[in-house]
Amino acid sequence: MNALKIIVKLAWRNLWRNHRRTIVMLSAISIGAWAMIFMTSLVRGMVNEMLRDGIRALPGHVQVHHPDYRDDPSIENLMNTTREELAASLLAAGIERFSARVRVPAVISSERESRGVILLGVDPKREAAIAAIGSRVTEGRPLTDVGDGGVIIGRRLAEKLETEVGKRIVLMSQDPDNEIADRGFRVVGLYEANLEIQEEAFAFAGRMTIQQMLGIGDFVSEVAVVGDDYRVVDPLLASVRLSIDGDDEVLPWTELDEYLGTMMMVMDGFVIIWVVIIFFALSFGLVNTLVMAVFERVREIGLMLALGMRPSSILGQIIVESFFLLAIGLVVGNLLACLSIIVLSEGIDISIVAEGMEMFGSASVLYPEMEMQDVILANVVVLVLGFLASLSPAWRASRYEPVEAITKV
Amino acid sequence: MSAVRCIDLCKTYRQGDQDIKALDHVDIEIVEGDFVCLSAPSGGGKTTLLNAIGGLDILDSGEVWVAGQRIDCMSKGELAGLRLKQIGFVFQAYNLIPVLTARENVEFVMQVQGVPADERGCKSEAILEEVGLGGLGDRRPAEMSGGQQQRVAVARAIVSRPTLVLADEPTANLDSKTSGELIELFAELNETHGTTFVIATHDQRVMAYAKRLVKMLDGRIVDDIDKRAG
Ligand SMILES: Nc1ncnc2c1ncn2[C@@H]1O[C@H](COP(=O)(O)OP(=O)(O)OP(=O)(O)O)[C@@H](O)[C@H]1O
Ligand SMILES: [Mg+2]
Repeated sequence: MNALKIIVKLAWRNLWRNHRRTIVMLSAISIGAWAMIFMTSLVRGMVNEMLRDGIRALPGHVQVHHPDYRDDPSIENLMNTTREELAASLLAAGIERFSARVRVPAVISSERESRGVILLGVDPKREAAIAAIGSRVTEGRPLTDVGDGGVIIGRRLAEKLETEVGKRIVLMSQDPDNEIADRGFRVVGLYEANLEIQEEAFAFAGRMTIQQMLGIGDFVSEVAVVGDDYRVVDPLLASVRLSIDGDDEVLPWTELDEYLGTMMMVMDGFVIIWVVIIFFALSFGLVNTLVMAVFERVREIGLMLALGMRPSSILGQIIVESFFLLAIGLVVGNLLACLSIIVLSEGIDISIVAEGMEMFGSASVLYPEMEMQDVILANVVVLVLGFLASLSPAWRASRYEPVEAITKV
Repeated sequence: MSAVRCIDLCKTYRQGDQDIKALDHVDIEIVEGDFVCLSAPSGGGKTTLLNAIGGLDILDSGEVWVAGQRIDCMSKGELAGLRLKQIGFVFQAYNLIPVLTARENVEFVMQVQGVPADERGCKSEAILEEVGLGGLGDRRPAEMSGGQQQRVAVARAIVSRPTLVLADEPTANLDSKTSGELIELFAELNETHGTTFVIATHDQRVMAYAKRLVKMLDGRIVDDIDKRAG
């Protein structure tokens, strides 16, 4: 206890002996920690936005399909159970936020143009809980119920089709007997999405209207279920799997869209690499500072050894000193990062560069998002690797021969 | 039991292409409670011998015994423990830890030993008074004169009541009055507690207090006078 006290006292006093060097090093650590946390939160904010958008476009954290639907998303691979039964069993399991959809490829034709789209027959009330693409209707009105006879298309698609709200279009697809199934609709609303491609790809209509058009009774193509946190889908996945019997396939979004799933993992990997790279830049300064400090104190280290202090206590002194440096630097760096994030919590307008960013699916306002796991990672990496980096100078100090050290000039 | 026994110590330094024998077959035995002065011209081997007795240096050959233990084959850790508990040091050149105050320097050995804070405080206060530094306890070494620093080093060497004190030129920076006071202090400790002193010095007044006078030259003991024997 006593020995520890003297070690800590010596380490603390020695830390402030060369003010300037210590302050330079502290600034470096603080800025490093700030960069680790703040930059990570910016990229997190961007990628999370993309992920959430992507999941919303999919949509749903967990989806249920016919096992062959993903290979061939056509009318032939409708789910094995009727929508009513599916809804009943999900509700019985306490799962409320889900939406059953008919989802088939179709051709949409205006008076002037034809385009391929994905036609979704949805329940507008249930879809609202999922906040999918198509929910941002900026002109006209949204769909009202499952029997709604109107269609909602993206603004871009409307431009391509040279049509507008109030005009009629024809949707054409296949029924289960490979016969043409078509129907005229009135465009009742236009939606906007973050990605232009999303504004071109989907057309929404009432589920029952589409079921009738295709003659498929009460069957659907997919059920999308949303949980509380897209990062933690496993519990939701398990309970959906339990409540869905039969041959239908239940998959999490990470597997439904491997691109998005990979993006999340790549992001986590990126954070680690980023943090470690910054640390390595810092570690040169840290090791250098410690080596200098040890070198300057050869004589007093020799003296302490000569007086009977154990080499391990010398080792301890240098490590504690390094720990003080790291800890103070980290505290300041963390505070700076929090401050920057609070100041910028209104979002950073990146619309000047957003044109180019749009193709990555990112919005034009960037919100930094600080995640606890990233903050912990940054701090732990700095402390643990910093400790390892200080071992070598500390070890060298503890190996001095007292006489040689004390007589050094 | 003898406090110190050195048998056939040899230590050679290489300087350029020249071998310097800092210790040349030195044999010496010092009884407990002795007060030995080691005198030699500069470069005679005083510091080297004191370091050998304190287990601070690796020798070419020979045996060193301190308090009945052979120390030349001890591990670093064992040596550290021995120095901490049994030996008080005053070094010739560099004695104080710059970041600690005079009082903290005096308490350093006790603190590493694990002596409780209040006991340390009493002892360091008293000893600083005795070496004439009452009131200077809060100064750092850089804020003291060479002589004051020297006295802090002496205070540290004796404060924890070691059985053996090895002092290398303890009065080098002192005026005759303060050096006289320090030697009186040494003599008193030697009388009342039986502490063994081995002091390397040129100072005639210190030698006057010695019970035994050992003279060295070029690493050899050339004269050994036991004043008690007359
Ligand atoms: N580290 C060293 N490297 C080379 N030679 C050394 C070293 N230490 C001591 N010596 C040599 O060993 C010899 C004995 O030195 P030592 O320091 O024991 O002398 P001393 O009697 O203490 O002298 P002084 O009165 O000047 O302190 C000297 O010739 C010195 O030059
Ligand atoms: Mg000397």
